[in-house]
Amino acid sequence: MEQIIANGLYLGAQYALIALGLTLIFSLMNVLNFAHGQMYVFGGFVTYTVVVQLGLPFVVGLFASALVLAIMGAAIEKFLFAPVIRRSKRDESTMLLAAGIAFFLDAVILLAFGEKQRGVPKIVNGVFNWDMRIIMPYDRILIGVLAILLIVVFIGFMNYSRTGRAMRALAQDKMAAQLMGVNVARYSMIGFALGAMLAGLVGGLLVTITGVNLGMGGPTSVKAFLMIMIGGAGVISGAIAGGFILGMMESVGLTVLSAYGDITYLVIFATLMVFLAVRPQGLMGKPWG
Amino acid sequence: MHKRTFLKFSALAAATVLSMPLMAHAEDATLKIGFVGVTSGPAAAWGISNQRSMETRAAWLNELGGVKIGDKTYNIQIVPFDDQKDPKRAIAGMEKMAQDGVHYVVGPNVDDGAAAVRPVAEQNGIMYFPYAFPKELFTAPASNAILGMVANYQSGPAIYKYLKENKGVKKVAFVAANESDPLSQRESGIAAAQALDLEVVSGNVTYQVDTTDFTPVLLPVIQASPDLLVLSGVSPANAPQLIRSARELGYTGFISTETGQDATVLQEGAGELAEGFISVGGASTPELASDTMKEFVERYTKMFGEYNDESNTKVYALEYIIETLKANPAAIDNVEEYKKTIDTFEAANPFMKGDAKLKYVGMTSFGQKRQVSVPLVVNEYKGGKFETLFVGQVD
Repeated sequence: MEQIIANGLYLGAQYALIALGLTLIFSLMNVLNFAHGQMYVFGGFVTYTVVVQLGLPFVVGLFASALVLAIMGAAIEKFLFAPVIRRSKRDESTMLLAAGIAFFLDAVILLAFGEKQRGVPKIVNGVFNWDMRIIMPYDRILIGVLAILLIVVFIGFMNYSRTGRAMRALAQDKMAAQLMGVNVARYSMIGFALGAMLAGLVGGLLVTITGVNLGMGGPTSVKAFLMIMIGGAGVISGAIAGGFILGMMESVGLTVLSAYGDITYLVIFATLMVFLAVRPQGLMGKPWG
Repeated sequence: MHKRTFLKFSALAAATVLSMPLMAHAEDATLKIGFVGVTSGPAAAWGISNQRSMETRAAWLNELGGVKIGDKTYNIQIVPFDDQKDPKRAIAGMEKMAQDGVHYVVGPNVDDGAAAVRPVAEQNGIMYFPYAFPKELFTAPASNAILGMVANYQSGPAIYKYLKENKGVKKVAFVAANESDPLSQRESGIAAAQALDLEVVSGNVTYQVDTTDFTPVLLPVIQASPDLLVLSGVSPANAPQLIRSARELGYTGFISTETGQDATVLQEGAGELAEGFISVGGASTPELASDTMKEFVERYTKMFGEYNDESNTKVYALEYIIETLKANPAAIDNVEEYKKTIDTFEAANPFMKGDAKLKYVGMTSFGQKRQVSVPLVVNEYKGGKFETLFVGQVD
């Protein structure tokens, strides 16, 4: 049981971090960023390139991933999403754009980084073993702690910085925020850059554990959507809750249901369908959006 | 006079210009060879190594002046199609090949794709070389598919037997991705292990291909205390993480797979935890590789930046097609002629030292010759690279 909880917490921390960026973008711009998983993959490849190809320290790789993805996110918002949102009132326009960006990034990743699975060697060696009740490699513990730290920093930033407060105001009521002098275009761009940066950071963190490959983007996006649907789309605390709930469900399912074959995700999806039928806005979302 | 000279010159120029396409056509006959396989997504490495092997070899042959088949010399043109590991896309790819007049196609890479394209290939007179193992594709009445590699039901028993006899393995566990290929490979692996009187202590644990943490997946498998953990049909993307998780959970036994892997990927993803990992390698080792094989590796690396060990096997399909067409030029647009040649075909194997031959095999497994003969090389990962454990042959 202890091992199941430890696995669930570790998975939950990384999932929550992935979901945060997605929900931030959704809350600010009402955009479902289907390219979020590809941004995560891109971040992983940037860290890989910096650490393995260039031989620089892991921290530099993480910083490079955050920077590259933040710039990419800002550019995507300014030159692609902002014009489309300005010209089209239809939600599906941004959805199609996001899907197009996902395919485009897949192609860029293939050309720039190749088709092979890539990984960064372990940053910490050794395995924590508590009397065979909890077995957890030290690098996973480190990444889990770093992920939780990043979540805390993000929450602090959103709650106490001027930029964070402006973005929250924008997410709550765009018209009112605009009337109070919040520059919508500027903060939308910052928000998108921050969301992309989070995706890049988590990609950089996890490349040391799971590695990274071209095909991880799509499934990562699906899981991220799952998490924000559980927690409530556009709600920061909801994304964190969704991440931990999904992590725990996966950990419990894979252990308890393993004897019945690979039915963990079948059970998770079935549970989610029933849950959404009862509470379509998710755990912490508001029915009115 | 001037006018007459001008007219003569103009007529000559016009004749030259008009005849150029005909001359070019005569000089540049093209033989199109198709590739339908997966070149995107998690299994992209499988198909890309196919496509790049074909493109490298084709560019090399074209550089040498093309390939002489019968009286004609052909430039080889590779026509690729990414099926995205989706059987529907594989069918569309094979239909495209038929529309383009392609009669010889390498791929698809996975079982369901290979099974899906069968009707299209048979109706349109296409021979195809899948890297997938369903026996019904290669046994009569099917006759258009030729297995491009060694199947897991041929390599698996050889590996288990070796480990049983040389390493004292008694208990085996299998883990597979929840997809058709790995699941069918797991079933045939279990059957092979049981036939060797090995005890299967875990055989029903599966995982999603997009799993990011394999610890919870492997926990019940490791608790069953196997001597050998078989990663059935594992993709190069998942192998390092599975090995790493198993070792981190304290597993000290053997780990093996019947799929091809990449040493660099293992080194980056699992590091020293991958030591001793056993897998089926590309059909070449330093001891077996001829100068042609070494040059192929050099050219591939120059063209694409990095070599893939799987290309040691995947270089063969195009060679078999070209050499068989050379043996029977009538097969260039008639696969029935190709089929007639298969049983007696034999040519020098340019990729192996000595007097090795290219020939079709498969009588034992399929009852007819519907498999290319490539060496069965079983590797062990040691110190960042593969070392040959043993080499076998399929009949």
